[in-house]
Amino acid sequence: MRIGVVTFPGSLDDGDAARAARLAGAEAVRLWHGDPDLHGVDAVVLPGGFSYGDYLRCGAIARFAPVMESIIDAARGGLPVLGICNGFQVLCEAHLLPGALTRNQHLHFRNRDQWLKVEATNTAWTNGFTPGQEILIPVKNGEGCYVADPATLDRLEAEGRVIARYINGNPNGSQRDIAGITNEAGNVVGIMPHPEHAVEALTGPSLDGLGFFTSVLRALAGSSAAGSQAGGQQ
Amino acid sequence: MARVVVDVMLKPEILDPQGQAVANALPRLGVNDVSSVRIGRRIEIEFDGEPDLDRAREIADKLLANPVIEDYTVRVADAAEVA
Repeated sequence: MRIGVVTFPGSLDDGDAARAARLAGAEAVRLWHGDPDLHGVDAVVLPGGFSYGDYLRCGAIARFAPVMESIIDAARGGLPVLGICNGFQVLCEAHLLPGALTRNQHLHFRNRDQWLKVEATNTAWTNGFTPGQEILIPVKNGEGCYVADPATLDRLEAEGRVIARYINGNPNGSQRDIAGITNEAGNVVGIMPHPEHAVEALTGPSLDGLGFFTSVLRALAGSSAAGSQAGGQQ
Repeated sequence: MARVVVDVMLKPEILDPQGQAVANALPRLGVNDVSSVRIGRRIEIEFDGEPDLDRAREIADKLLANPVIEDYTVRVADAAEVA
């Protein structure tokens, strides 16, 4: 399985995301913001960082990068896409996910290990967790406050599209403690904390982040098995 | 010159922590009669030919503002601003 990791000018965590994909057992494929070719990858990670210097709004300019036009089309067709931190901001700016991420309510940059409670486990990126599972992964952001109008928040909760919430303290003022959400189809996931920094005992607070990457491999294996099964019935 | 001015403001219901921080600093200047500060963004667009408000509105809607959290206004700059 090939997981593409996009590098925008100003991306920081593309190296760690590629490493996490490899540790999970995938082949990591580096994708360049100016190249619309997705090189046949089976899934895409939009990494953390400060794409285009966070100019205008976080993720606002990255959304119009040539590679994003291809990713937006492919995501609408079911390609699994995970946006982490700045990647989550890009997905919201691209309207693949509802809502927006704004300046932390207390104005401080927050950098710490953060407990989350996983909720929706029927997505391409969270199917390896159990509902209610508590995980510890780093959070580091200045503009991670998730906001949406109350009707959108109600709909996300009613449809089971909150994938994780902050517990033991909300680091940025996100509404309803939301740390991550998914789209209606469950293939696009955005999360503010960083699973790719929690994949090895040496460098992370836990190995909990690996579950996002092994989940997508399981989802891809399941869909290719279903595909070959359907093929066999013809 | 064909200048169009776009003003972008956070929607009233969206918390503006920058504005709050500025408002909280005002008493240090001896200003005690300000109840609220909101911070936005002013963008000046120079068109080659005539100012095109429709194009400017499209630019504002797609890129300059995020309609999920921000409102914007678009107008042609008056002569005094351009001089």
